[in-house]
Amino acid sequence: MLTGVAALAGLTLVLASLLVLANRTLYVAEDPRIDLVEDMLPHVNCGACGFPGCRPFAEALVAGEAAPGKCTVGSEAERAYIADFLGVDVGSEEKRVARLACAGGSNVARNHARYDGLPSCRAAAQVAGGGKGCFWGCLGLADCEAACDFDAIRMDAHELPVVDEEACTACGDCVDACPKDLFSLRPVSRRVWVACSSLLAGDEMLEDCQVGCTACGRCAMDAPESVRMQGNLPLVDPARRPNRDAIQRCPTGAIVWLDPEVGPVKGPAATKIIRKGALHDAPT
Amino acid sequence: MISLGLKSFRHGIHPPEAKDETSGLAIRQFPFAPLLIVPLVQHLGKPSLPLVREGETVVRGQRLARPDGFMSVSMHAPASGTVKSIGPTPSISGRMVPAVFLEPQPGSTQEVMEGTPCPLASATPEEIVAAIQDAGIVGLGGAGFPTHAKLRIPPERHVDTLIINGAECEPYLTTDHRVMLEQRDDVFTGIRYLLKVTGAERAIVALEANKPDAAQHLRSGLPGDLSASVEVLRVKYPQGAEKMLISALLGREVPSGGLPLDVHALCVNVATTAEIGRLLPHGRGIQERVITITGPAVQHKGNYRIPIGTPLRFLLGEVGVEEDVTRVFLGGPMMGAAAPSLDIAITKGTSGVVAFDATRAERSHRTVYPCIRCGYCLDACPMRLDPAQLGSLARSQEYARMADEFHLMDCFECGSCSFVCPSHIPLVQQFRFAKAAVRKAGAHG
Repeated sequence: MLTGVAALAGLTLVLASLLVLANRTLYVAEDPRIDLVEDMLPHVNCGACGFPGCRPFAEALVAGEAAPGKCTVGSEAERAYIADFLGVDVGSEEKRVARLACAGGSNVARNHARYDGLPSCRAAAQVAGGGKGCFWGCLGLADCEAACDFDAIRMDAHELPVVDEEACTACGDCVDACPKDLFSLRPVSRRVWVACSSLLAGDEMLEDCQVGCTACGRCAMDAPESVRMQGNLPLVDPARRPNRDAIQRCPTGAIVWLDPEVGPVKGPAATKIIRKGALHDAPT
Repeated sequence: MISLGLKSFRHGIHPPEAKDETSGLAIRQFPFAPLLIVPLVQHLGKPSLPLVREGETVVRGQRLARPDGFMSVSMHAPASGTVKSIGPTPSISGRMVPAVFLEPQPGSTQEVMEGTPCPLASATPEEIVAAIQDAGIVGLGGAGFPTHAKLRIPPERHVDTLIINGAECEPYLTTDHRVMLEQRDDVFTGIRYLLKVTGAERAIVALEANKPDAAQHLRSGLPGDLSASVEVLRVKYPQGAEKMLISALLGREVPSGGLPLDVHALCVNVATTAEIGRLLPHGRGIQERVITITGPAVQHKGNYRIPIGTPLRFLLGEVGVEEDVTRVFLGGPMMGAAAPSLDIAITKGTSGVVAFDATRAERSHRTVYPCIRCGYCLDACPMRLDPAQLGSLARSQEYARMADEFHLMDCFECGSCSFVCPSHIPLVQQFRFAKAAVRKAGAHG
């Protein structure tokens, strides 16, 4: 009995001293501010800052390799607090948001075939593209809504995702989720947006969707300094000041002005869409 | 049918064959559509580069496009006529692909242009491989893998057996059956070319026991100097998959992630072989192929020699498909793809068109029930995977684990597990999804 207790006590003593020794010799000195800064960050690990998560971003902040402004998720006050704590400049990072290059909801875009399978865009896209008439268009099965950790994407009544610009952190999850590559992250100040990805032109395009770009080129004519046509789609120059003239004569409303207050605005020449229900499938 | 003693592979299923309606019908020529759409991607690999311009007049059999690199093939004009435009067209893969839109000349004799022949006796193996690429030959069974790429065997590898795949295990399709009956000499000429290229000692023409007439026909005409034999296999799906065929015939198992070359075998589809034998002596290219057009919605079922690029809409109109057709498969119903649009054109890889009307196409079981662990899928899977386990992992999105621990990437999507599942779980679709996710993750890092 006694020998047993003594043996165990001896063993405990030896191992404990080994641990103490190891703790002393193998200790890695870490800047205590990293933990504090990490606590000030939003803890969502979204990756919008370009770092793999909040901890690596905190390390970069303390090391002075990044400015607090890179975190677009937290509020202005939070960023200022971190900048104040570290004694650095907040840095200006323009907020970016996810934007969808398609406006072909079920009320304006035709289906050629009915998809019947797993309710997921990525699964549908593997079955011969998903059955939508437009091969570039949104399939409307909400993979992006499911991928968004911030509830910034909601599907509207016509099975088209709508991005809440306030809630969007530009983490890029929807960009990865979309099998048709319709999402991209854009600075909020870029107000002129082409909500179409179809490379078809003219009537061929209108057969499948009423709001797509027909490649008529009026936008490029009206705003020549900032818009030019490339591959049957307008290309908006990000370096130029957005010009509202570009949307004025668009016949389908494929090029829109994203107003901060009222959302996407179509030009006065765009065909009015009054249909509430779904567009009929194309005749076989 | 008494099939005791016949060879086969382990596992597999027996879907209804539905071949009787077309297997007895001789191959007929299909008319030219008013506008032919020749996609420049009818194979796995890079798109071919067009050699013609809009407005140019072409002769049937003339080269329309040349290969762009090794994994690419030539394209030939399916009809004499005028190139109307070159532009994007929908394809069965769901992507828009570049295509040549060709308007056949109504009054033309449609004489096929002769090319530079590749004589069997004098051509070297390299010349034959180049001629096969020039003739635009791809696997006519459906995958569209360029045949010349398969035939370029590294010098350290050795092939002892050439397998000519005439199993045609897919329900409804009878193209290979008819080709074996009607193009016997082309098949044998093709085998001679292939034996010369591969250096294999022998060739085996493999077909299933539901084609006794074809087996008898081939055996009776087998030339004495050709080291080939005809092997009849038990009827089972998916026997036409090359790994299953090698296991059934030679008892060799292709290692996971490996190729038939690893077990000294090479499989070529029988229709592909017949095309090699038919085209190479004339230096021509593929401008038409044999397809089966069948299904409950089709009035004039049959086997047709159809110009490449015939649009599906024209094809269905010609064979008398009723208006209420709801589902059209390119290829068979098991591994074929449902057409998303009727503007898709017939390509070299299309072995059949199966059309169903509204009443037949409605899936009888829409509800998906939970897995009851009955194990039917394990007995069905020809790759001897565990579809039940893979299915439950797919539900929890553990794609990496599916690939690393349960050999997801060995699944070739034959559909046997989905076919037997009493709970109607769409297993194959889940696996296809998972495979795409694994590939995407692999590509990113």
